[in-house]
Amino acid sequence: MAIDRRDTGRYQTFTRRTLILGGAQAAAFTLLGSRLYYLQISKTDEYTMLAEENRVNVRLLAPLRGRIVDRYGTVLASNRQNYRAVIISEQTPDVEETLDRLARIVEITPEMRKRILRDIARAPRFMPVTVAENLTWEQFAQINVNQPDLAGLQPDVGETRFYPYSEELAHVVGYVTPVYQRDIDKDPDEPLLKLPGFRVGKSGVEQYYDAKLRGSAGASHVEVNAFGRVIRELSKDNGKPGAEVVLTLDMEVQKFACERLKDESASAVVMDIHTGEVITYVSTPAFDPNQFNTGYGVKAYKALLDNPYLPLTNKAIAGLYPPGSTFKTITSIAALKAGIDPKQTVRCTGKYPFGNHVFHCWKKEGHGNMDMHDGIKHSCDVYFYDVARRIGIDAIAAVAKDFGLGETYDFEVQGEKQGIVPTQAWKRAVMGEGWHQGETLICGIGQGFLLTNPLQLATMMARIANGGMAVRPRLTRAIGTEMMQMPPAPMIDVDPAFLKIVQDGMNGVSNEPGGTAYRSRITQEGYELAGKTGSAQVRRISMAEREGGVRKNDALEWRLRDHALFICFAPVAKPQYALSLVIEHGGSGSGAAAPAARDIMLKVLERNVVREQARSDEPHDHSGHDHDTEHG
Amino acid sequence: MFDLTRFTGRDMKISEKLVEFNWGFLLLITAIASIGFAMLYSVADGSLSPWAMRQMIRFAAGVGIMIFVAMIDIRVWMSVAYPLYGVALALVTAVDIVGFKGMGAQRWLDLGIIQLQPSEVMKVAILLALARYFHGLPLEEVSRIRNLIVPLLMVVVPVGLVIEQPDLGTGILLIISGGTIFFAAGLRWRYFIVSGLAVLGAIPIIWERLHDYQRNRVFTFLDPERDPLGAGYHILQSKIALGSGGLFGKGFMAGTQAQLNFLPEKQTDFIFTMLGEEMGFAGALFLLFLYAVTLTMAANVALQCRNQFARLLALGIAVSFFFYVFINAAMVMGLLPVVGVPMPLVSYGGTAMLSLMFAFGLLMSCHIHRNVEVTRGSSPFS
Repeated sequence: MAIDRRDTGRYQTFTRRTLILGGAQAAAFTLLGSRLYYLQISKTDEYTMLAEENRVNVRLLAPLRGRIVDRYGTVLASNRQNYRAVIISEQTPDVEETLDRLARIVEITPEMRKRILRDIARAPRFMPVTVAENLTWEQFAQINVNQPDLAGLQPDVGETRFYPYSEELAHVVGYVTPVYQRDIDKDPDEPLLKLPGFRVGKSGVEQYYDAKLRGSAGASHVEVNAFGRVIRELSKDNGKPGAEVVLTLDMEVQKFACERLKDESASAVVMDIHTGEVITYVSTPAFDPNQFNTGYGVKAYKALLDNPYLPLTNKAIAGLYPPGSTFKTITSIAALKAGIDPKQTVRCTGKYPFGNHVFHCWKKEGHGNMDMHDGIKHSCDVYFYDVARRIGIDAIAAVAKDFGLGETYDFEVQGEKQGIVPTQAWKRAVMGEGWHQGETLICGIGQGFLLTNPLQLATMMARIANGGMAVRPRLTRAIGTEMMQMPPAPMIDVDPAFLKIVQDGMNGVSNEPGGTAYRSRITQEGYELAGKTGSAQVRRISMAEREGGVRKNDALEWRLRDHALFICFAPVAKPQYALSLVIEHGGSGSGAAAPAARDIMLKVLERNVVREQARSDEPHDHSGHDHDTEHG
Repeated sequence: MFDLTRFTGRDMKISEKLVEFNWGFLLLITAIASIGFAMLYSVADGSLSPWAMRQMIRFAAGVGIMIFVAMIDIRVWMSVAYPLYGVALALVTAVDIVGFKGMGAQRWLDLGIIQLQPSEVMKVAILLALARYFHGLPLEEVSRIRNLIVPLLMVVVPVGLVIEQPDLGTGILLIISGGTIFFAAGLRWRYFIVSGLAVLGAIPIIWERLHDYQRNRVFTFLDPERDPLGAGYHILQSKIALGSGGLFGKGFMAGTQAQLNFLPEKQTDFIFTMLGEEMGFAGALFLLFLYAVTLTMAANVALQCRNQFARLLALGIAVSFFFYVFINAAMVMGLLPVVGVPMPLVSYGGTAMLSLMFAFGLLMSCHIHRNVEVTRGSSPFS
């Protein structure tokens, strides 16, 4: 067969067009090659980064929250292992069946079951979902043993905050709670807050040192696949655990004081007069801070709110009371500063007419001739009416402020109330009225507008006892291994001799027969305390009642009884500690407050032996000179 | 008595044909397929199952088919071109009626033993039929309108059916295959220009008829970052995988994008991406180079043929093959919208592999019988 001649034309066209197609293909391959070059060579860094972002997932690791310990290392707040059970839904053929079996070991309420099933529905199938928390060791062990029968269930150990002393420290150490939206709003850049199960300090030292206790987040770099399943861990950084906070508290005294005041609505503060270190800080009744970990039960919380003893109120800083006769110490100092001779006597007949009003002494029949020492010792109202009248309110207020009343200290426990130290200017500004001189008399004995909290009273006592050094209360001894350093407290502009006179007067109160707290003295030699009683009226005594005979506190219903106050320092010979104590509606300072204060102070002094020993073991601690810079 | 020469042609013995068979070409495509095996082994985390072993078996079967098809005389193929096209058309129609949904599209016909993808059969049949048709037309007759009605219908009818299934990718490939034959047969340029303009004009109408997922693919192609976790995810992850491969890649079985499942459909449509990730620019370019050599050899086969049918058929196969490679590669690089076109010889898939090897068999038949002269319009066995 010969080639069809007319095929020649077709062949030429075919060849030409084949070459055209070949050229186009070459161009197309060049395009593909260029594109590959662009993606794989020019842009490779960018895409490598994107691939790493895909592949590597950074998981935050919660740092271990720092412990809180007392001055001797007794653990006040720690992290306890939280035994949990989690379920991984892809590992069980039937979630309900597994839960039914688990219900034989752990109680699973219908609400819990609902919550679990909802969480499972929301999470990827390989993600563990918490079934039960805070299991007992027995339950946890049983789950471990029965694990073969509990498909998909895994025992797990987490960390939870634990307060071994529970109520005894609730108002000082505070508590932690789960993170709420407002916490995140406050600190939106803190990634830890978004970690499930993370806790933040919400009260007390837990709140004040939250940042230091928290530490810094660790991170685990894990390789994940496109569905988020972890393939392996690439690297792990455990982060920095939170610092340990060492408090100035002595847990032995704290426990004793709490026990001593447990039936009262009371508060007490014991302070080292040279450093301001708070040895004991009590506010009773309290609550269980452990409960806030998971959220307080509604019922239990309501019970706290309804309790007339106000367990949620931090009385040592937020309880405001008229200082009552404890304030006579301040009036005395003011009088001495104003040039009044302490030996000069005032005659007390039980009554002190002033203007068109008659002011009464607590002792109806009168004390007779009183000088300053006796005035303090017997807590004679008339003596102080007279003194106060002579020096005026502003002189008294100035001294009160010098000694720490009417101010807050940026104390480590949040919620200090400032109280009121009235002056003429204050009354004009706040009430729009001029000052009445009668009000000066009332303030002279610690009543009237005056309002103080127990922490202020303890500070006031410390400043009187330490010879006029303006110490401030503080709770922190060290953060981690770093001791708190404080500049020396400034000296108050007052002659130490004046303070000595007041101290002697207080010695009279406690240690001289006839003193208002003589019955509550410490008899052990070297441990003697010097105190001042106070009773703050919470009701007005009417003329009619006064004529018919003032009712005894015992005859009144609880909420109408006087607050019982007592301040003291010890030992008298070489003052070391100051104490303030308030029993709400306790009746009288001498009857209710002084005995409790005596018992607590005795405990403090007994423990002082231990403290001295600890101090000699700690060469770096220069007690009396180290001061918290943050509070200076 | 069964006469084998009836099928193999009377002029050559089987042994002669085997000598003439282009073994270098077979070696080349085996090399390409082997890259696929390696990738399928890698994607299964270093395991022959479920993909690599089955792909090897298929390829081996494909080689058998290829050699068998190559042995059959080109004139036989010419004579069965129209009947084969008829069967393919019937199958494509059948799939529209009884075919079941696979991968969201009606593409498979269950024949009991195997699931046949009729559109794959059509890809070969359309080349045979068009080559057969233009073989019979002298150059000056090619551009006559009345001579174009039949071949146009031969393209439009199956394309319409395939797009209905819906399988836009295959539809486009059928148009391209058909167009290639028209072009190679010598159809005047102006027809291509006019139809090109017509296609542009028809875009709004086509757009109306597109399925939502097809439209989304176009949107996604135009702006992959539009929806990085949804429709744009595939193309974005593919680009990340390629880009992060760099010059020499992350190493065999070490491509994080593929191994950790960020890369979708990695054993099928995105296998080229995986190669680019694990073997880098060098590996991807090497595969493209192998494809280019394959195409050159195929074009050479076409140019050496002494009859128009074989020329057109060989070139049609070569250009279709090119478009497979190009569309897939351009798609995974983000140069084209995502259309379900596998990378030939490399992507995992049964029918695609078998129909391709069948086409290569035809190509080899063209090569072996390149000197056979077939008169225009005459029966090959007359």
